[in-house]
Amino acid sequence: MLKDRTAVVGIGQTRFAKHLDEPEKTLACRAVLAALDDAGIDPGEVDGLASFTMEETDEVELAKSIGAGDITFFSRTGFGGGGSCATVAHLAMAVAGGQANVGVAWRARKRGSGVRPWTNTSVQLPTPAQWTRPFGLLRPADEIGMLARRYMHEYGATRDHLFNVALACRNRANQNPAAVMYERPLTREMYMDARWISEPLCLYDNCLETDGALACVIVSADRARDCRRKPVYIHSAAQGLPAQHHGMVNYWNDDPLTGPAWAAARHLWKNSDLGPGDVDVAQIYDAFTPLIPLSLEGYGFCGRGEGAAFTEGGALELGGRLPINTGGGGLSEGYVHGFNLITEGVKQLRGTSTSQVPDAATCLVTAGEGVPTSALLLRA
Amino acid sequence: MTESVTEAVNAAGGLADGRLLPWPDVDGEPFWQFARQGELRVQTCADCGRRRFPPRPACPRCHSFDSTWQLTSGRGRIWSFVIAHPPLLPAYAKDAPYPVAVVELDDDPSIRLVGTLTTSVRRPDAPLNAVPVNRLRIGAPVQAVFQTLAPGVTVPRWALLNS
Repeated sequence: MLKDRTAVVGIGQTRFAKHLDEPEKTLACRAVLAALDDAGIDPGEVDGLASFTMEETDEVELAKSIGAGDITFFSRTGFGGGGSCATVAHLAMAVAGGQANVGVAWRARKRGSGVRPWTNTSVQLPTPAQWTRPFGLLRPADEIGMLARRYMHEYGATRDHLFNVALACRNRANQNPAAVMYERPLTREMYMDARWISEPLCLYDNCLETDGALACVIVSADRARDCRRKPVYIHSAAQGLPAQHHGMVNYWNDDPLTGPAWAAARHLWKNSDLGPGDVDVAQIYDAFTPLIPLSLEGYGFCGRGEGAAFTEGGALELGGRLPINTGGGGLSEGYVHGFNLITEGVKQLRGTSTSQVPDAATCLVTAGEGVPTSALLLRA
Repeated sequence: MTESVTEAVNAAGGLADGRLLPWPDVDGEPFWQFARQGELRVQTCADCGRRRFPPRPACPRCHSFDSTWQLTSGRGRIWSFVIAHPPLLPAYAKDAPYPVAVVELDDDPSIRLVGTLTTSVRRPDAPLNAVPVNRLRIGAPVQAVFQTLAPGVTVPRWALLNS
């Protein structure tokens, strides 16, 4: 059992912006070295690495640049933002299982990097694309918009519910000087008048496109007590690829609105001393606003179909029932495949968030919903 | 035509006037070959009879590797839809905003297909934006029609029926 046997002891990040001049590899190295410095651990001690399959800086490049020692564990997780929490989970397992002592997870991303299949017609896509892209269902926003309209139809969710999500994230970003949207408040009027991207989703239902890099350092609980910062324990971790799941175009199973969050959540809570009611603050993957109500249901904060109503009455704001995405999230801080949600969770449990939840002791962090996903339950 | 749909798509460079053609995989190739004949067929387990979509090598229920392709009526209902607005690839942006639907088949509502919409069964070649947005609703009945996008490459789309 993984429970509290490992901890996050260092976090690091670069600036977030629409465009950063430095190359991705440089950004990755900066974030990793910052995280190790935060932990007070020499880079030569790093022996475990984990990242996303979509990460462009590979283990060889990173390890030799930061001056890592012999690496004895390295892993990658697929499915884009669905793998964010899994990077930390894999290192926690590696450290708890004796395969590494100092693990570093990272993600560096620039708008121009890697293959973006919805902008490049020459890229032959994996299997599901033949069933969607010829018909003009081209972008992730279209794929999630399809589920969003069905969700609104089945449960009476409205654009106001999606606005509640966008607003909560923007309000937190307005408190976070590092957020891309720090000085850009959002109003209901702006939201309702915004241009469509894929109806029912408008501009503000979509995450930002951000250049930036982040990293965190994972060690054993014993080692964590000697580190520079207050340890944040990995209480429980899970991945989820549910039966008969089809990725972001999950239209082909019996219940398309029950996504991977449900599978990850079952495992996460099973291996935890805590339940959804014990969570003080949550960082929920927000590439698109509808992922929040779907995830609230999946992780058990409310019943099936109740996720939209859950957002009412300021529930997601500071002081609300479940403050979320306290750095601004992918919607308003920066979209770095959800890695900023992990570091923000750590900040909350250290008591150093720019939107601090008083005495926060438990934080749920989730990864991309709608694709094979992962989640972490962090504890102070 | 003896050429496979995959070969036909390759010959067209994957594009028809900038629109994306389907790149079939081995399991999907029969679907596109039947579409070329104007038939909407769904992969069906030869042993337990369960239909499955998208096509795949084995039946997830009984694990048989034998399958047939069952003809459907081509009738269905809109399960959900989006209206796509730019930014989009240029060939799609010129017809935007346009709707895209997921349709559940009357023969088996657990089988759903993504497709574009047209105003009538007699207009398989209507532009992407032919159907006015205010005519769309979840549950609206539709009928499969077939549009040839490039030599040897035909895709189903959905004609809105009066309801």
